[in-house]
Amino acid sequence: MAGTALFGRPVMWRIGTVVALHDETATARTITLEVPDWPGHIAGQHVDVRVTAPDGYSAVRSYSIASPPNSHGRVEITVERLPNGEVSPYLTQVVAAGDRLELRGPIGSWFVWRTEQTEPIQLIAGGSGIVPLMAIIRSRASVGSIAPFRLLYSVREPRTSFYREELQALSDKDHSLSITYAYTRVAPSDGPRPPGRIDASVIASATWPSNLAPTCYVCGPTSFVESASDLLSASGNDRDKIRTERFGSTGERK
Amino acid sequence: MISATYDYLDGNAAAGELSKVFAMDVTAAEGQCAHCGAIKRFADTHVYMQSPGVVARCAVCQHVLLRLVSIRQRVFLDLRGMTYLTFDSAHDRPSEPTHSAS
Repeated sequence: MAGTALFGRPVMWRIGTVVALHDETATARTITLEVPDWPGHIAGQHVDVRVTAPDGYSAVRSYSIASPPNSHGRVEITVERLPNGEVSPYLTQVVAAGDRLELRGPIGSWFVWRTEQTEPIQLIAGGSGIVPLMAIIRSRASVGSIAPFRLLYSVREPRTSFYREELQALSDKDHSLSITYAYTRVAPSDGPRPPGRIDASVIASATWPSNLAPTCYVCGPTSFVESASDLLSASGNDRDKIRTERFGSTGERK
Repeated sequence: MISATYDYLDGNAAAGELSKVFAMDVTAAEGQCAHCGAIKRFADTHVYMQSPGVVARCAVCQHVLLRLVSIRQRVFLDLRGMTYLTFDSAHDRPSEPTHSAS
């Protein structure tokens, strides 16, 4: 249709069928959906998921896409279960293979990494904020990009981190991807740092020097994103190079 | 600190709802706050979605930039808090060419 190239394409509701489920941690599950008319996506984008109860009540939540761009009509989301969540308990405990979910997307053109980007990339994740950054890392790997990447991943304790083996394998075979974990509650006893929040010294030791002008992607709970982006800015990174995505105080967004 | 609680999301979270009215993605669009004059990406706005609609506030001065409420078939959009919103179609390219990840 004329004009669609200029204006992108309408974001619409589609039906996805659950084809696989995989537990990432005790409280987080990856749901693989097959979406026959999926138009493709860019790493970093999200979808809105609409869940409707038998009485007609419906709720919409946004979830980052974890899978890299692909031509198979496959979309993976990783959902963290929140104790008082309205949608996440259903998605992490009730949904089964063969179930159908309503999806709107892909959404977003700012918090994305395109495979043609070659500049140094700094990724900073807090908790489940790793999900869109994992799509970015997987996208980089799937096209064989050699863009220099650093990931700083803040989690409460080792057992709450997502995708650990895959991240380890990717960084083992590609030294231009380096990963630093920062633990806020419990750190391994042989780790380099006691548990604590990301601070200026962690930023100084684990992120690109600002004179390399990395593009930074920060994702996590709102308080985490505000703190990490302020630290990046204070260490000399231009605000325009810091892209952020916030999940709110409850994390209910993702 | 301006916000004592971090109960807001950001413009990324509102983009799905706003796709009901905008043909182009809003997250990369740059808008100017009519109150303080700050020019920011829509992705950087503070967004509140607990209410029946969406309220986007300026990340700098907290003034309301946009309100969107959907009631049945009707969508109400109030943009008086922004002097303009500018979209760059270079950002709104469709998805990446797909590669054989199979």
